Amino acid sequence: MHGLSIQSVSRHFGEVRALDNVSLDVAAGEFVALVGPSGCGKSTLMRIVAGIETADDGRISINSRDITALRAAERNVAMVFQNYALYPHLTVRENIAVPLAMRRLSALERLPLLGRIKPGFSQKRAAIAEDVGKSAQALGLGALLDRKPGQLSGGQRQRVALARAIVRHPDAFLMDEPLSNLDAALRVQTRREIVDIHRRVGAATLYVTHDQSEALTMADRVAVMQAGQLLQVSSPEAIYHDPQDIRVATFIGSPRINVLAAEADAAGFIHIAGQPSGLQAAPGPVSLAIRPENLRLASSGIACRADGFEFLGESLLLHARHGATKEALIIRLAPEAPRPHAGELIHLSFEAKHVLVFDRHGKRVALRNHIAQHQEMTLA
Amino acid sequence: MPEAVAAAISSPHQASSRRLLRGEALVGLLLNLPAGIAYGLMLLLPSLATILLAFTDYELGAMEWGWIGAANFEEMLEDRGFAIALRNTIIYVGFVTPISILLGLGAALLIEAGMRGRALFRAVFFLPVVSLTVAMAAAWQYLLHPTIGPLNAFLRQLGVISPPYWLSSSDWVLFSLGAIGVWENIGYNMVLFLAGLSAIPRELYQAAEVDGTKSWLDRFRLVTWPMLGPTTLFVLTITMIRSIRVFDTVAVLTQGGPNKASEVLLHTMYKEGFTFLRLGYSAAITLVFLLMVLGLVWLQTKALDKRVHYG
Repeated sequence: MHGLSIQSVSRHFGEVRALDNVSLDVAAGEFVALVGPSGCGKSTLMRIVAGIETADDGRISINSRDITALRAAERNVAMVFQNYALYPHLTVRENIAVPLAMRRLSALERLPLLGRIKPGFSQKRAAIAEDVGKSAQALGLGALLDRKPGQLSGGQRQRVALARAIVRHPDAFLMDEPLSNLDAALRVQTRREIVDIHRRVGAATLYVTHDQSEALTMADRVAVMQAGQLLQVSSPEAIYHDPQDIRVATFIGSPRINVLAAEADAAGFIHIAGQPSGLQAAPGPVSLAIRPENLRLASSGIACRADGFEFLGESLLLHARHGATKEALIIRLAPEAPRPHAGELIHLSFEAKHVLVFDRHGKRVALRNHIAQHQEMTLA
Repeated sequence: MPEAVAAAISSPHQASSRRLLRGEALVGLLLNLPAGIAYGLMLLLPSLATILLAFTDYELGAMEWGWIGAANFEEMLEDRGFAIALRNTIIYVGFVTPISILLGLGAALLIEAGMRGRALFRAVFFLPVVSLTVAMAAAWQYLLHPTIGPLNAFLRQLGVISPPYWLSSSDWVLFSLGAIGVWENIGYNMVLFLAGLSAIPRELYQAAEVDGTKSWLDRFRLVTWPMLGPTTLFVLTITMIRSIRVFDTVAVLTQGGPNKASEVLLHTMYKEGFTFLRLGYSAAITLVFLLMVLGLVWLQTKALDKRVHYG
């Protein structure tokens, strides 16, 4: 296939399974965000693709070429590191030129003085200078070419790292939390720029982040990873609205999705804390997950005690506790909504189409009673 | 009117804060006093005494002495022994410094790259630094002995008919002392380089690999060597200062001989001061030595430091 293909890659560190049979395809021109909590193995996977680390098992190929056994230098994969990894003794111009010099010049030509004597050297040098100029221009670094990394701001350093990555037209473009060292305002701005660069470069891009908002806003597809396993790979919308695993549901979305323990009886009718809900699934213990924005205050429904508020400007978060099970719940309300007193008894309702049901293994299960999809669940 | 009010409000506050600052300064001075006294007594005063002595004809035990201006320094210019000592010291430094730096760096790189036995090799190479040179000199004397020494026995086995008299030939003695100096310094330099190597961010090597460096040499030139800049500069300065100070091996093994072939600056100073008791002349030599060391430190801080600290 055209693009990057990761097939059944595993990696162990002693007893710890950093990666457990991970497979992921990134088509040419596609932007895939690999998101997960710290230590979930996402950076390890990226390093294996880059060739900095080796897999115990599995195959990596780019444009149908098996690169598993190749050294990093032979893979034509570019990588942007979290702390940019610029060479501090080289100017911006020289930093960007490094990948080209390493590829296009022989070891002899790279020697400080000897190289100049060789025929054809000045043409090669000129070609490199031209390419460096182009990619610096693309990132607005024209005025900074003669500075050293130490004289640049974090955002500028990051652009240099990006310029160094795109200058050689890589087959695959890897980014390891490239925005995590920037301040919040710059981060949001740089997101768009990275997406733009990706469109221009057109390479298969794998973007590692722990920040779900980066993953959702930037990527064509989001891959959620946890404990070395790839849980789900789908569009940002599907990841948010249609998670297939309860770990995906709880990881994506802020504030966290509400989870209520429930039980489906022999006939499949789901009871929340003993109360019938009108929902129907396969028998056994289940978890019901409902996003905070899909819960609303009602005259009857799930009985809760109000706990407190968080005013966010565009909305108001109401914290509550389930009356019987004491499970914490968060409800997103309109900012001007009437605020219940702390300790006041409130009732919550939701529409059946908004509830996600997971079985005891955390896998998504379908609701059986399709008729109920648009019905308001008030738990009689 | 508002300004006047503001001034009236702020002035007592300012006064109290000034008082606070003065109190703080006083406490600061008091806390510095022990170190200050020690510095004055142990370093400043002796140095001043040496500088003053250098302009006198004082001899130890002499009843009278007089200011003779720069006469000591004039004598030094005429003194063949001093000229030889200066020349030998420079040759010694020029021999020991580059070789012990290169070998120290090599040892550090090998230890850093190795998987096993790191602690063992570190200890082995560092041993000469912590061992007593005077004691070790006895071992060297035996090793380099022209007739019973293992080195020459080995050379004879290889077919060398008349191996050199390492410590008693004027052609070889400086080289032999230099080799001992290298042996003494490698471990020290290696430890400094190891510290420098461990401070290089791993990401830089990874970036270099992704950027297409194929060989070890490529990565050394792109990352290791430039990133070791500050360490190398420090090692260079400290090794030069350490080897300018060469004394104990000379004093124990050769006493500057044969025929002043291994006479060095500090040994000359020692002989003038403590054998011939000419403290004034000895102080003048010390002053020259001090100026050389200061010159090296100046070179480090002014001329080279800017080139190896990036950013």
